Amino acid sequence: MIDATGLELIARSVRSSLGEGTVRETIHAHGQATLDVAPQAVRDVLAHLRDDADEPFDFLASLHGCDYFPREPRLAVHYQLLSTERRERLGVRTRMTVEDAEAGAVPTITDLWAGADYQEKETFDFFGVRFTGHDDLRRLHMPEDYEGHPQRRDFPIGGEPVLFTFNEHKVPRWYE
Amino acid sequence: MEIRRQPLQTEPQKFNLKPDELRVRQLRARQMLRGELEDSELGSYVESRLGLTTLAKAQNWARANAPWPLTFGLACCAIEMISVVGSPRTDAARFGAEVFRASPRQADMIILSGRVSMKMAPVIRRIYDQMLEPKWVISMGACASSAGMFNNYALVAGADRFIPVDVYVPGCPPRPEALLHGINRLQEKIKGQPDLGWRERYGAHGTEEVWGRTDTESLDHRPG
Repeated sequence: MIDATGLELIARSVRSSLGEGTVRETIHAHGQATLDVAPQAVRDVLAHLRDDADEPFDFLASLHGCDYFPREPRLAVHYQLLSTERRERLGVRTRMTVEDAEAGAVPTITDLWAGADYQEKETFDFFGVRFTGHDDLRRLHMPEDYEGHPQRRDFPIGGEPVLFTFNEHKVPRWYE
Repeated sequence: MEIRRQPLQTEPQKFNLKPDELRVRQLRARQMLRGELEDSELGSYVESRLGLTTLAKAQNWARANAPWPLTFGLACCAIEMISVVGSPRTDAARFGAEVFRASPRQADMIILSGRVSMKMAPVIRRIYDQMLEPKWVISMGACASSAGMFNNYALVAGADRFIPVDVYVPGCPPRPEALLHGINRLQEKIKGQPDLGWRERYGAHGTEEVWGRTDTESLDHRPG
């Protein structure tokens, strides 16, 4: 388990080898260490953590998107790294606006971990993050002709209008 | 005409006849048929020993007693559906519905056992179109009937939006007994008994609101 000091050491090693602007922030909360990196530098940081770091992380446990609406920048991609040798976990997060995400601000990491293929497809499907360099980026869960990215928080919930006691007078002729 | 059922011959002495006594009885019956029975008596004698029905009713009777389902599970309701067939407690073989066919060409009905996702709906519709007529659909559980607890972009709110459903089985999930009851209701429907409306089920005849009529007593009232 990485403590706050260890997280700062990791951030310093990344900054010294890849540049000051790569790691924007370090977050140590709820016993979990996370690096907040710039979208353009994600692939380099992850490659550094996997191959060149003194204490490498060899396994990509998860890759997923997140929407922090209404905070800006809204969208985020989370990478959960695991060292199977030291049993340490490190989160890498990158945040970007919707426009940057759709313009392809985040590079793909399928060349580092092939298992990221489906997870990047899923993140594109649900959040609309276009990973540049992904050779087969298409919808994974939703139908091929679906419009929109349904896990964004401003996406309409769909289905039937839900009646609660606070809005029952707003839905016209709800009693029928 | 209804199928006439003869009372079962349960007297033990009739089954304990010796072969030559049986032969005597047969010869006596033949003589009766030859000469002693007159027209109307002969007719009633023959009729009491025949089962008469229409071809359509016999066809429906045969169909209703062998509704082969499709091997098709959608979600957690499918586990309950399997237990309808697989367990001796609710043995669907008693009603001829135990032969799950793996091909829609051989299946008579499809049990929608679980939530129907947007992506699965065209697949279900295609499978339904591949089934041969006559075919029936049982919507099993809350999800297949109305999307249940789900209300979002991913699920179809009710399978009857793209497929005609014959029987809805409520529950989340329904007990195997409930699904078996649904199969029985489907069998009644196949046999042509229209007793599937809620008035018939709850004995609520006479509650129809007809404009300008006050004599609701004269409406068709069948007790029970």
